[in-house]
Amino acid sequence: MSIIATNIKKTFGAYTALEGVSLNVPAGKLVALLGPSGSGKTTLLRIIAGLEFADEGSGRIEFHGEDVTETPAGKRGVGFVFQHYALFRHMTVAQNIAFGLTVRPRKERPPQKEIDARVQELLKLIQLEDLGNRFPTQLSGGQRQRVALARALAVQPKVLLLDEPFGALDARVRKDLRRWLRHFQREIGITTIFVTHDQEEALELADEVVVMNNAKIEQVGTPQEVYDRPSTPFVIEFLGNVNRFAALGHPLHGAGSDVLYVRPHDVDIQRDYHGEHGIRVRVQHVFSAGNYGRIALIRADNGETIDAELSRVRLAELSLQVGDEVWVVFRHIRLFPAGAFSERDVATDDAIPATLDAGRGI
Amino acid sequence: MSTRTARTILPGFGLSLGFTVFYLSLIVLIPLSAAFIKTSAMSWSEFTDAVASPRVLASYRVSFGISFLAAAVNAFFGLIVAWVLVRYPFPGKRVVDALVDLPFALPTAVAGIALTAIYARNGWAGFLEPLWAGGVGRLEQWIPWGNWAEWLGLKIAFDRPGIFIALTFIGLPFVVRTLQPVLEEMEPELEEASATLGATRWQTIRRVILPELAPALITGFAMAFARALGEYGSVVFIAGNMPMHSEITPLLIITKLEQYDYQGATAIAVVMLIASFVLLLLINLLQKWSRRHHKI
Repeated sequence: MSIIATNIKKTFGAYTALEGVSLNVPAGKLVALLGPSGSGKTTLLRIIAGLEFADEGSGRIEFHGEDVTETPAGKRGVGFVFQHYALFRHMTVAQNIAFGLTVRPRKERPPQKEIDARVQELLKLIQLEDLGNRFPTQLSGGQRQRVALARALAVQPKVLLLDEPFGALDARVRKDLRRWLRHFQREIGITTIFVTHDQEEALELADEVVVMNNAKIEQVGTPQEVYDRPSTPFVIEFLGNVNRFAALGHPLHGAGSDVLYVRPHDVDIQRDYHGEHGIRVRVQHVFSAGNYGRIALIRADNGETIDAELSRVRLAELSLQVGDEVWVVFRHIRLFPAGAFSERDVATDDAIPATLDAGRGI
Repeated sequence: MSTRTARTILPGFGLSLGFTVFYLSLIVLIPLSAAFIKTSAMSWSEFTDAVASPRVLASYRVSFGISFLAAAVNAFFGLIVAWVLVRYPFPGKRVVDALVDLPFALPTAVAGIALTAIYARNGWAGFLEPLWAGGVGRLEQWIPWGNWAEWLGLKIAFDRPGIFIALTFIGLPFVVRTLQPVLEEMEPELEEASATLGATRWQTIRRVILPELAPALITGFAMAFARALGEYGSVVFIAGNMPMHSEITPLLIITKLEQYDYQGATAIAVVMLIASFVLLLLINLLQKWSRRHHKI
């Protein structure tokens, strides 16, 4: 079941939450809406769910080619999972899961036996078979979120929408549940959109990431694409750590506000360097407790901070000490001259002069 | 000497508990026990004569019956008032919100006189009286086995409906003020979840919202009920105070006091006290049961 949202506008008074956003989610995909708070991602999800409506005269929502713009939430066939679970605390887990089936009109309602069987099946799916008679307050956060998911799935929705589904969970549970959701979504193949502000979560889980900022979509692409080929400065800054250099030695293409980005893992540190593109830096701090070493460096010429990430092996080879004077060389640079996008690979051995323009005078 | 295990981060337990017990004794327990002591001086037959004479029994029925009805009506309409005040923005909302507290603040005698003036035959709402009497008359015709004129009264002011109006008036703020904070805290997500699962608005109210509000609703009901049982000032003006028909129990206590029958007055007071206590206890148990899953 594909989802197409066209030209969705939404304002709350003077505040614009969505500015003519269009989105196309192919059937069976797991899509992440990623952005900082206030970027409009939750509003977009709620409009798709029918919990919110786009501004008068704008926007169209289609599920599998069928226009559902005016359809109320209950009739759209969406399963919606809330960040804080929104379980009915006066009902048992089993009653919560069965809720969507028991509120159907008498004619469409399955017989009690079928409902019970369906609940059992879902309890098994969420690995809480023995907890059907518990109340939500007797469950842990991760268990509650799984119950919320089962409740949403009980009505056999055509699409699954999750609003910050892991936001209220602690790191470990979040990781487990993330993996479980990934696996589970692949298995039943339901078109799924989830909202998150956690770039790691989006990159790890999603088939496609929709990066949103300021009521607009900045970029849509696979995790690889948005990470490796960010189309705007916002995307590169939002997806992971990055070094930002505002002042270039001389402006390119006559543009004044060139911005240059280098990912910390594209920064190489060398003790001896004789090429043209090295920068003299001093080691400020070395963090080596982790999967890789993180080094904070200060440029000798203008005092800007540069973050670098090196493998533990490379770090051991260099045996850096705080205060050491070393050279850094950038392996890969992204440059946004006055908003446009270009990319340069800078070889550390200076072998490709054609691509060096961007690196000159860093 | 304080041991390590006895140390707590909240000091002053002994002092504050001592004060609490002392204060409650002084203000609540000693006066109440005086009623019991006074009553215990009576012989059993004196006691039963005082608390179970037909006139007193009739007053229990009036007091408990109408208080219960008034609290029930307040629970229903108070819920609507609280809902509107919490959920919808509208001009003059603050004024309406402040109006809810008026029955708290108004001297009850003023309320009684005002309500009487309005609902009396020559008052603003006097036109209601013939309508009411007509309605009761029709009930008498349709359901002849019921003693409707006696039960419902044929007038509004100076009859049972007047008592009901006065008790509803003074009980309203209790329901609204207990429900408001609970409604404010209730997550809209619950209703949204219910809606996305295909529930109709009515199903959402019945199966999600009402169970969620039940504990607060019962508390509000209990408080309005307790307040109505003890109400005297506003009722005596509007009730008409006909013996066996529209006399409330607090009025009988005052009547006995005016006749210097202190023992009789305290005996009735003790019965009221025990009855109210048992009822409030039952309501509390019901409330506890209704919020058994509301931890966290």
